[in-house]
Amino acid sequence: MSALASSSSARRAFWMLLAAGSLVLAVALGAAHYMEEHGHAVTGMNNQVVWGLPHVFAIFLIVAASGALNVASVGSVFGETAYKPLAPLSVLTTVALLAGGLMVLVLDLGRPERLVVAATHYNFRSIFAWNMILYNGLFAICALYLWSLLERRMGALTGTVGLAAFAWRIILTTGTGSIFGFLVSRQAYASGVIAPLFIALSLAWGLAAFYLAQCGLARLAGQEAWDEALHARVRRLLGIFVIAALYFVVVHHMTNLYWAKQAAFERFILVSGTPYPALLWGGYVVLGTAVPLLLLFHPRLSGPRATAAASVLVSLGALAFLYVFIIGGQAWPLEIFPGYEASSSFHDGRVDGYSPSLPEFLLGLGGLAASFLIGLAGARALPILAPPKVAMPAAAPAK
Amino acid sequence: MNPVDKRRREFLGSAAGFAGAMIAPGVFLYDYANAGVSDGASRPRSPAEPASASVRWGMLIDTTKCASGCRECVDACNRENGLPGTTRSTDSQWIRKVDLKDLRTGKALSVPVMCQHCAEPPCVDVCPTGASFKRADGIVLVDRHTCIGCRYCMMACPYKARSFVHEPTTGQKPDVPRGKGCVESCTLCVHKVDRGGTPSCVEACSAAGHGAIVFGDLNDPQSEIAKRIREVATAQLRADLRTDNGVRYQGIPG
Amino acid sequence: MKAGFVRGALVAALLLAGSAAGPAALAAGPTLDPARSGPCVEDPKVMRRSHMDFLKHDRDDTVRRGIRGVKHSLSACVDCHASKADGRVLGSDRHFCQGCHAFAAVKLDCFDCHASTARTAPAATAAASVPGAAR
Repeated sequence: MSALASSSSARRAFWMLLAAGSLVLAVALGAAHYMEEHGHAVTGMNNQVVWGLPHVFAIFLIVAASGALNVASVGSVFGETAYKPLAPLSVLTTVALLAGGLMVLVLDLGRPERLVVAATHYNFRSIFAWNMILYNGLFAICALYLWSLLERRMGALTGTVGLAAFAWRIILTTGTGSIFGFLVSRQAYASGVIAPLFIALSLAWGLAAFYLAQCGLARLAGQEAWDEALHARVRRLLGIFVIAALYFVVVHHMTNLYWAKQAAFERFILVSGTPYPALLWGGYVVLGTAVPLLLLFHPRLSGPRATAAASVLVSLGALAFLYVFIIGGQAWPLEIFPGYEASSSFHDGRVDGYSPSLPEFLLGLGGLAASFLIGLAGARALPILAPPKVAMPAAAPAK
Repeated sequence: MNPVDKRRREFLGSAAGFAGAMIAPGVFLYDYANAGVSDGASRPRSPAEPASASVRWGMLIDTTKCASGCRECVDACNRENGLPGTTRSTDSQWIRKVDLKDLRTGKALSVPVMCQHCAEPPCVDVCPTGASFKRADGIVLVDRHTCIGCRYCMMACPYKARSFVHEPTTGQKPDVPRGKGCVESCTLCVHKVDRGGTPSCVEACSAAGHGAIVFGDLNDPQSEIAKRIREVATAQLRADLRTDNGVRYQGIPG
Repeated sequence: MKAGFVRGALVAALLLAGSAAGPAALAAGPTLDPARSGPCVEDPKVMRRSHMDFLKHDRDDTVRRGIRGVKHSLSACVDCHASKADGRVLGSDRHFCQGCHAFAAVKLDCFDCHASTARTAPAATAAASVPGAAR
């Protein structure tokens, strides 16, 4: 029996959450249908800002997905046996987040009904096409990984599949980052550092998402979420990942600041371009990085509750970061005529406004809801959680 | 003639015939492949023939002749391609007039900007389905049958040349299908060019007496555009990206 | 009681009428405005079954390779099959494309993007729709 069905109150809570998630998802699908019927004119997107709020949510989910797999990797690849009991949930979280992110991405296409075209026509020079293969491959690897973790007779495969999953997720996040990194024409992107930046971000966001999933499910099952020793390690790991992500963000902006041709753009993102500097400094740097670090490392604050709060803040900071990165990056005009002041009917030489519409936001929320539902249903259907009423295995003993 | 000679002669005859049969198609194909190059001038193509790589269509825009405030090329494009011509931020603009002011000297310029029909188009590289493609004769197009509307090409284009169709469309021209959810851009009036015609913006500019745009085959040394490019200093937009544009500009520094 | 009987009889009559009219209507096919001129580019039986394959093949020739005046071009279909009244292939179930697709219950999305109005005046259609035949 699943830990989520161990008591009548757990069962009731499970179905309530399932219903709530389904409701959000249904509203999101309705919003997507509305946008599909009317065209993107009913979104805040336009010919300057072509990727909007749905992409903020989608990329958050996809990047966090690959990061969520790291908990399993730490156990299978790096031989930290204390993490092994967490591995199945880590893989499930990856699948859930990836599916939610891809759902948003697909439903935001101009012609979502042509998804089959994307599956039958590949342009192998396109990093986007490569990513479709990488995403689908990750699903396949995760399925195999989960099987090897949950089926005793498949256990011998865990090490190999775990290694494959680790390598695959690094390549996948490199691919996601390169969607932007390869955009030679845009000042906000066009940089090799974006791939490692995305990997660092994925480590932090994925672990935060995993932490919340573990807390939520354990609470639902009436279990202790964390063994104290393991919690201390996860907490420290999250802190290190958050710092690593900040490091790459700083490197990216420092590089730009060194180039005269990037000065105006950096000024826009860091100082003048409302609302982007406020979101970057207030949202990502303070709320999404500094406060979480305080919560994680301050001796008086640190504890499971503080870590959960830090995880929520890291996720919100992630959305703020991506809003600045994706939308701020597009709002800045292309410099087609260096040395000239340009103006036209097509927003040349002018910073473009973007205000997201409600349907876009609902679609983004729907991605979160889809991930939530897959995680919840998966944890109920599969023996992901520890058996009922048994505490997490102790951290120390190595085989 | 003795029998040996006769047999030898027969052998030689059939050998020659065989060799001829083997070589002739090769020669024929060689001629075919080099049509348009061998005589140094582009032979007009029949509309029933496929576009040939021996041709590279391009435009030269003389910014000294382009009048500020004139929108003849833009209006002609909208008429030809069935575009509404409205300029909200969600409306398609295949060609636009950009007003420029030199930041040091204050000199003002007005230039039309449209798809630059790059030889190395970033939009083609990034398109996941191959809907964004370059024809043999250098014209960059969107195949709307396979465009899924991901807008990655719009992210990649250095010239903001592409528009996304944000709303259901009406009033399409038979030669220019367009519909909601796909990306579109200047086609160099490919439906006219295939039938030996000239893009509408070029015609409108001439008709208005400016003659600021020359259209032609960059590969044909005898064409007006090739001659002009040999004679005057021309520039490509964002030449630093080495996209090798089919659209060239005269009168702005490269 | 009486009302019940009347209702029953009505239902029976409708069912009878339906069963009589159904096969006949199916055999007759949709009622469509006639084509403007001349024979089709293929045998109508072949066209009914395979027009989409022809169109798909030739559209790639036109879009990707720049071959104009292909034998199976959508605009040529429209030129020939447009209603004599309004020059269109859509609008009602008597219009050629819409009528047949409604009858066969097959989604028709060509005209989300393509023009559904003939290029030429009715009288001149014949000449305009044939030239692609030579290829």
